[in-house]
Amino acid sequence: MSTYWRTFKTAAWLGWEMDSNWTEPWLFLIYSIIKPVAGAFILVFMYVVIWSINGIADPQSFAFLYVGNAFFIFVGSTLFGTFQVIQSDREWYQTLRYVYISPISYYVYILGRAFSKILVSIFGVLITLGFGFFFLHVDMRFTPDRIPLFIVSLALGLFVLLAIGITLGAATFLMARHSQTLAEAVPGVFYVFCGVLFPLTILPSWGQSIGTAIPLTYWFEITRRILLPFQYNTGLAAFGDWEILAFLLISTFVFFGLSLGVFRLGEYLARKAGKLDMTTSY
Amino acid sequence: MNEVSARRSDLAFRIALNLRSIRGRAYPRIIGANREPSWIFFEAVLPLLTIAAYVFIYRAIAANQIVNANAETAARILANTNALVASVVLGGAMVAFWLNVLWSMASQLYWEKEIGNLQLYMMAPMNRMALLGGMAIGGVFMTSVRAISTLVAGVLVFGVVFQVADPLMLLAVFFVTLVALYGLGMFFASLYLLWGREAWNVSALLEEPIFFSSGFYFPLGGLFNYGGWGSVVGIVGSIIPAGLGLDALRQLTLGQTAFGGKFWVLSAPVELEILLVLAIGFLVLARYALAYLELLAKREGKLTSRHQ
Repeated sequence: MSTYWRTFKTAAWLGWEMDSNWTEPWLFLIYSIIKPVAGAFILVFMYVVIWSINGIADPQSFAFLYVGNAFFIFVGSTLFGTFQVIQSDREWYQTLRYVYISPISYYVYILGRAFSKILVSIFGVLITLGFGFFFLHVDMRFTPDRIPLFIVSLALGLFVLLAIGITLGAATFLMARHSQTLAEAVPGVFYVFCGVLFPLTILPSWGQSIGTAIPLTYWFEITRRILLPFQYNTGLAAFGDWEILAFLLISTFVFFGLSLGVFRLGEYLARKAGKLDMTTSY
Repeated sequence: MNEVSARRSDLAFRIALNLRSIRGRAYPRIIGANREPSWIFFEAVLPLLTIAAYVFIYRAIAANQIVNANAETAARILANTNALVASVVLGGAMVAFWLNVLWSMASQLYWEKEIGNLQLYMMAPMNRMALLGGMAIGGVFMTSVRAISTLVAGVLVFGVVFQVADPLMLLAVFFVTLVALYGLGMFFASLYLLWGREAWNVSALLEEPIFFSSGFYFPLGGLFNYGGWGSVVGIVGSIIPAGLGLDALRQLTLGQTAFGGKFWVLSAPVELEILLVLAIGFLVLARYALAYLELLAKREGKLTSRHQ
């Protein structure tokens, strides 16, 4: 266990250094903030434009999508964190062979590398939420009695994200250097089907079925229930807070098991096909 | 002058050499896409989901706006929403080209440096612009798959209707926008000769802020109509050719009267003229920046230094 912990800590530190040591800390902080804030502004102006064109304000929809988008920062950065480790080590730095043969768990190593991205994205989420609350007057409330529920749901949400990331990231063992595209494309699945920016009810019924099978849907639902002072018809209104939390907990365990299995399979197939240490230069 | 030197200074030989270089650099991109079917799936199919998300945002807000509206207002809201959905689809197609410019043009020389190919390019007798030109042509081909699939999905899945009254103008705007975009990519590529990871991070930084400031998912005029800092952001975003290019393409495919005609920045012909100036400007800039930064990188010993 201590080896796992040491691997995790060292990988997280390595990830942080690799992400941030190309510039001064203050510049890195600005860099980490600009991307998510600009992402939020795309949505702000989409709302402003449709409001201006049609002449009808809809602040509840705006609050719904704004909060969802703020927490989606975790999704993008965690998935990118897990997807890019294998390919950046293999092709960019060409260090995968050394890390892989060292006496550590490569799975835990990836977890550690991705964790550093989660830490950085916390700033982005806080800044986006703060900007929305203070400058855009997004209708949010956060009462102290909801803090334990928020912390538990956040921890479960992030853990399930890591598990999903490693499950899908295992595919990068077998892929050419396109993790950038994968990291851009896969969050799109969650963007559409998890009710991040709009209620699930706007999707066709088959889309809603997909959404209710993805654990992140429940994470976004409970997060919004905690932060927004109104209930929106998302299609999950029949479930109480604890039921939603239970779904999240169960799916966390399921995806953790799945990530272990798929990771081993990807690793095995890559070794069998001789792709574990390949470089693709086109 | 000996025979070899005379041949190298011969114009016809140099043109043929550079054309071969363009073909040679474009070849792996075009063929590479065919050899990696997963690439086409990730490039063409999955990005549609992000576009779908933006489409559903407009539809979800419009659905709420319609609830208490009378029949006339509801019809207007629906028409406006369809135009906004079409704007998203066009923006989504342009995103493919912008991402290609960032990651497969601008960052490519950095990538070549990292894997040790750059010194081989530098030793080869072709013009560097021919190398970048080949990358651009290959990149346009590769990216067209994604852009076309986005447009087809927009029409088939989201029911977008485009009304093209002037197809020649549309083609002119599209191709001039692409030339300007890839010219900008060539200019950025030259910066990567000197810089290391900081430039890679700049590419990452040029995604969401440019999607926002160039109006990829909403009419760019929305920024200008907001006034104040919105106009400033819009002007800065217009320096990226995709901004004005998209605005002109939307006018030419949705009609001048879409959104009440209030969300266009300039008329399409004027935007085409500006795009032409940008295209020529970026290509010339790229030519000189490439030569200057190559020299600077050699002086500072950074041309082939890896992992910086």
